[in-house]
Amino acid sequence: MENILSKPQYLGKRVRLEKPELLAPAGNLEKLKFAIHYGADAVYIGGQKYGLRSNADNFTFEEMREGVEFAKKYGAKVFVATNIYVHNEDIEGIETYLRSLYEAGITAIIAADPAIIEVAQQTVPLLEVHLSTQQSTLNWQAVKFWKDEGLPRVVLGREASLEEIAEIKNKVEIEIEAFIHGAMCSSISGRCVLSNHFTDRDSNRGGCCQSCRWKYDLFEDGRGSEGNHAEAGQPEALLPGITQLPLFEEEDSAFTMGSKDLCMLEHIPDLIEVGIDSFKIEGRMKSIHYVATVVNVYRQAIDAYFEDPEHYVLKPEWLDELHKAANRPLNTGFFYDTPDHEDHIYEPENKAAPYDFAGLVLEYDESTRIAVIQQRNYFKIGQEIEFFGPKGTFFKQRITEMWDEEGQLIETARHPLQQIHMKVDQPVSYFDMMRKKH
Amino acid sequence: MTKQHELMVTAGSLQECSAYMDAGASELLIGDARFGLRLPGHFSEKDIREAVRMGQARSVKVILSLTNIMTNEMLRMLPDYILFLRDAGVNAVEYCDPSVLAAVKTYAPSIKLHWNAEMMSTNYATANYWGRKGASRIAAAKELSMDEILELKAHLEIESQIQVHGMTNIYHSKRRMVESYMVHQGRPVKGGNLGRERGLFLVEADRAQEKYPIFEDENGTHIMSSDDICILEDLHVLMKAGIDSFKIDGFMKSPTYNAVVINAYRTAMDAYEADPASYRFREEWLDPIRELQDPERELTFGFFYKEQVY
Repeated sequence: MENILSKPQYLGKRVRLEKPELLAPAGNLEKLKFAIHYGADAVYIGGQKYGLRSNADNFTFEEMREGVEFAKKYGAKVFVATNIYVHNEDIEGIETYLRSLYEAGITAIIAADPAIIEVAQQTVPLLEVHLSTQQSTLNWQAVKFWKDEGLPRVVLGREASLEEIAEIKNKVEIEIEAFIHGAMCSSISGRCVLSNHFTDRDSNRGGCCQSCRWKYDLFEDGRGSEGNHAEAGQPEALLPGITQLPLFEEEDSAFTMGSKDLCMLEHIPDLIEVGIDSFKIEGRMKSIHYVATVVNVYRQAIDAYFEDPEHYVLKPEWLDELHKAANRPLNTGFFYDTPDHEDHIYEPENKAAPYDFAGLVLEYDESTRIAVIQQRNYFKIGQEIEFFGPKGTFFKQRITEMWDEEGQLIETARHPLQQIHMKVDQPVSYFDMMRKKH
Repeated sequence: MTKQHELMVTAGSLQECSAYMDAGASELLIGDARFGLRLPGHFSEKDIREAVRMGQARSVKVILSLTNIMTNEMLRMLPDYILFLRDAGVNAVEYCDPSVLAAVKTYAPSIKLHWNAEMMSTNYATANYWGRKGASRIAAAKELSMDEILELKAHLEIESQIQVHGMTNIYHSKRRMVESYMVHQGRPVKGGNLGRERGLFLVEADRAQEKYPIFEDENGTHIMSSDDICILEDLHVLMKAGIDSFKIDGFMKSPTYNAVVINAYRTAMDAYEADPASYRFREEWLDPIRELQDPERELTFGFFYKEQVY
């Protein structure tokens, strides 16, 4: 960070030392509870309308109220993504929808389209409006425009570098939110209608079918200036009449636009010192195991920094933890430089994360050292498992003894949500998770 | 008198400006790749002054494309550029980033503002919002249906512009996708020419007939549609609705092709404006376009009559 903050234009400016918000995705009510219990200061969810994940398990207003109640106990906030680009037919109903969000106790909406932003400001002025990353805001003047429009927060485009963020923070007094972990559009947000063209699904209204991760072949038009694309003064045809000249060999990997996932865990001090107010984790479609693991790790890293900024060091076990939930290779996006060939995924994707969520701790009896565990995936005697939790629980053990609800000794846990009693090697608490390798 | 519609075309050089005005264009969209996106050619400050002079002599408007997504670095150049555009006498600028709107309002309030957020210009409420901020026209998204366009127009408080012909951008990244791929394959491109004149395209496994042009420039990687919009057959529907400006995107087309296209639309517009009641589309207007159309690229109605889901 020194390289940026020591530049003349930043001298004399304070180095921000307020704790940033850790903002996590919550695809459903259960994920919301895990995200908050594992350390998120705020979560963002999708409702039934106007969100960009039309396939997700989105919240009803009733579920939102329950989520807000749960969040309140932790002092956490709930935001709702209303981040589509609106079409005419969506306009009617915005007002009613936003009123219902406010009545459900939602703190903020994340919106890209002024058609939603303006209605929110007029009808529910106490509902905060955060400008979505879908607006691809990359400069301080645009940030200032939205501040002047009354918005308290801007989520920057994913193409903003640390240096650009530093300049924005120095020029405009406004909350800045940035993605720090998770999957990324490789396009500029919103600037992609591949789904519309390939499958008639509108990407900017939640229909994205991730065509950027499909496989393509790259060719050159051999017709040169014969071709209609050519302008005057261009080279002669390479191979007259040949329209399709492959730029790959049989054994080459296919062309793709798929990006590696963002991971800024190794750069927490940079993110804090540049003054980013909210650290956002991507992934409303991700599993409970993913959300809990990722939130847990970033929570620990941020807290460790603030406990002693001078002596902060990255703990290798945090990275190990992240890799247990990651299903794609990781990189640092645009924070330090423009992504290149090492930042895209050309090889077949290994979609599954290496670990599964196997059970949830419901109770623990200190005298007997027996925990009650709700089954979330198959496990059996002799298997090696790991327990982890938000308050520092972390240990490995083998399953030695377990019983069903009737007290019968059992060999395997086969039934979803079955309550299993299990001998555990160390103390555990409610909400701790048990995972296993697959 | 019947409403006069504008016929806008993108131009890549002063010669093109001249040829396209001859063919019947009433608005020229030009620019500089530092501030505009996917432009057919670069206009220096001297060229811009000349284009405006040529346009004024024939009552043709010159519109500058400033639709790039601005960075802090680009903002440093923006005020001087806007002041230059004011002095040069350009009629309007197209913008997407609010920083451009702010700069024009500060430095050159006489220049008109056209809001063009590409695939994000999708509804009338947002267009009217930008209208209240100072925009006088919306360049609507190419992914709207005819019904959506007609409803949009009915509720608009500002002018409307619809692309009626040419290819469209379907993906834009700041990453260098082609260069990255070639380096990954161990065959980096010597000299780095991955620009649009190279004629690169992508084919997706299940769509062997569709060729999607791809290229890189200073603004990143761009992928273009595999077909060309052509709505000439139903232009009267748009004229009847009172759409203010019809855009022909001449990007990645030869000047000869563009002149023929302009001529065909001009013919239809003149016929309609002379007598809307007896106007009938004539199939033969399309023949010169079809003759020059790249056989690898189909002329289609784009999204005008396609249902989209989400």
